Amino acid sequence: MSDKKNPNEVPDTGHLWDGNLRELTNQPPKWWMNTLYLSGLFVVVYLILYPAIPLLNGATKGILGWTQMKRLNETVVEIEKIRAPYENKLKGMSATAILADDELSNYAVRSAKVLFGDRCAGCHGTGGSGNPGYPVLADDDWLYGGNIDAIQQSIANGRNGMMPGFGTSLNEQQLDDLAQHMLALSKGSEHAAGKELFVSQGCIGCHGMDAKGMQMMGAANLTDAIWRFTPGTLESIKYTIKYGVNSPGAEETRNAEMPAFQQQLSETDVKKLAIYVHKLGGGQ
Amino acid sequence: MNKKPIQTDLKNLEELYHEAEYWHVNAGGETIHAKRMPGTFRHIKWITMSIWLAFFFGPYLRWDGQQAILFNIPGRQFHIFNITILPQDVWMLALVLLFFALLLAAITSLAGRVYCGYFCFQTVWTDIFIWIEEKLEGPPAKRSKLDSAPWDIKKFRVKFIKHSAWLAIGLFTGISFTLWFGDAFQLWKAYLTLQAPLFAWGTIGVFVFFTYLFAGFMREQVCFWLCPYARIQGVMYDCETLLPTYDFSRGEPRGKLKKGSRAEGGEQGDCIDCKQCVAVCPTGIDIRHGQQEGCITCALCIDACDSVMDKVHRPHGLIRYASLDEIEGKPTVKIYKRPRVLIYFAIMLAAIGGIIYGLTNLGALELTVLHERQPLFVLQSDGSIQNKYVLKVLNKTDSDMPLILTISGHDAMKLINSGKPFMTRHGRVTAHTVFLRIPGDQLDAERISIIFRVENIDQTALFAEYQSMFFGPARN
Repeated sequence: MSDKKNPNEVPDTGHLWDGNLRELTNQPPKWWMNTLYLSGLFVVVYLILYPAIPLLNGATKGILGWTQMKRLNETVVEIEKIRAPYENKLKGMSATAILADDELSNYAVRSAKVLFGDRCAGCHGTGGSGNPGYPVLADDDWLYGGNIDAIQQSIANGRNGMMPGFGTSLNEQQLDDLAQHMLALSKGSEHAAGKELFVSQGCIGCHGMDAKGMQMMGAANLTDAIWRFTPGTLESIKYTIKYGVNSPGAEETRNAEMPAFQQQLSETDVKKLAIYVHKLGGGQ
Repeated sequence: MNKKPIQTDLKNLEELYHEAEYWHVNAGGETIHAKRMPGTFRHIKWITMSIWLAFFFGPYLRWDGQQAILFNIPGRQFHIFNITILPQDVWMLALVLLFFALLLAAITSLAGRVYCGYFCFQTVWTDIFIWIEEKLEGPPAKRSKLDSAPWDIKKFRVKFIKHSAWLAIGLFTGISFTLWFGDAFQLWKAYLTLQAPLFAWGTIGVFVFFTYLFAGFMREQVCFWLCPYARIQGVMYDCETLLPTYDFSRGEPRGKLKKGSRAEGGEQGDCIDCKQCVAVCPTGIDIRHGQQEGCITCALCIDACDSVMDKVHRPHGLIRYASLDEIEGKPTVKIYKRPRVLIYFAIMLAAIGGIIYGLTNLGALELTVLHERQPLFVLQSDGSIQNKYVLKVLNKTDSDMPLILTISGHDAMKLINSGKPFMTRHGRVTAHTVFLRIPGDQLDAERISIIFRVENIDQTALFAEYQSMFFGPARN
């Protein structure tokens, strides 16, 4: 009878519960146990090969000398290898020549995207969408010229806007007339009293007889729909005329300062950025 | 107290103990040396196994000077004869998988684990390995003897040749696998000059290891404990499924062959308990206990039993493909009256329909237009509004193609610096940036729906369209 209850004669733990319950000690499958031993072996091998055991200062190094930084540097080297042929070509070419080559200018745009995000987007906005006080780069209105060389110049050497304030030489009525003239110009008409002041006060010296500005000096085109200092309201225009731009000594003056990047960036990076900006939508 | 139920319980307990007596689990502790016998199903097995020859020799097929079937993973395209399949067509792969999943379900529902018994690589490779083993070491009894014999030169020689042959098959399997993913002849050259990429060597190594381990050593243990399909298919059976079944009403009570069989007016059934059905079973089960998890329905026990029935002059079919209903004498149902099977086939037809539609409507061009979101729109010096778009054109043909772009949706819309045709590279996505302008005073809504259309310059029938939006300043 006893062998009927335990037909396969599996050994048990020897403990009997409730007079009839025994715990059998069946062995796990051999392959399963072997896998368990193998995984243990894997752990030991891993501990020897790789950094693993934390110590008070750092951790065990592992005999392979593997570190995350080394791995990172290796992958950086791999990427540099892929980039090298392009980078070498860009080095020897002018920005104009790069722009004329579809493949190279595509490469420049893609690789400048991060540069633009790091160095330019803080003021000019992502995609050159502009910010209050900082010009939009995606439009076709350029203070210092929109061809590739002018853009490269602007990035390399920076730009400083300059316009004297007229707050001391003009009275409130005159300021108002002049600002009215600006508003009218942007809509294609004129304001007679303002126009007179525009000529007599010497505005034409920089902005030109036709008020279309002068890119040599960074003087804005006053006849188009785009305002250097937004919003294009009468108040805002009056403010600019009154306090000027980067006017020495005037605290309330408008700021228009673009830092030079040739110290911080390589010449190739400046070229890449110039192409990126040129291709934002308004390059000429 | 009623004594009757207690008695019933005791009877059930006796049955449980009886079950436990042959409840025998082989977790790899014992090696099964199955006997090999000729027969109808052995023939069928050889034929179905030979389908795997395509796995070995398929990569050398050429088509139009290229490899006929090439799964180019780094290049992200599959070539199947003259069809090129790109990642964008991956939905068809989903249908292919659906088709095969349902095929498995339908066939299993009809005739059991046909896949396991006749087609599965585990079955096929194991069978070939055992075939080699038998050629070298002899029939099962001799093999068991050799296994327990002490090591000597002769045993070592036999074992060495066997394991070398196994490893060679594993190696050839691994190499053949990799050939589907690269040019077969170039890869062979790379292997022979030891210049293949590390990844290829690694893949081959994995295949050698697992072929050797699974087909050489684990064998039926893979089907028992590792394979999920073995379990999944088991639950697809029903009482109408045709399975290799022991006809117990004809066979029992079994006993050694002697006078007094039922055919001669005695009590004894047709089963002479010769255990040949157990001897030939590659998974080591006894089919006479009924359908069980270890049965891969390879039907080799049918061959064995039929050959014995021939010897004792009884009709074939003591073990045969039969449904449980048939064995129990219940009426059997025709295939077309079994809703489950019909539904399986209906879904398979739908999947095939989808694949055929996909293959015939692959389309040579695919256009996607991404609207620049930063900035959404830009005011220009003349007061017009400019939007920027990046066109992504997928050219699925095998030649570069010049395309011309037209846009419709607003009368005053102007395409800036992109009136000229642009090239799209074959077999990949080409990006093309365009700017659109609408004069501010003619822009009468914040959003305008516009349609991009690219078409081949020479062949206007080759075109693709995409609907996008033009954004302007908010209206109030």
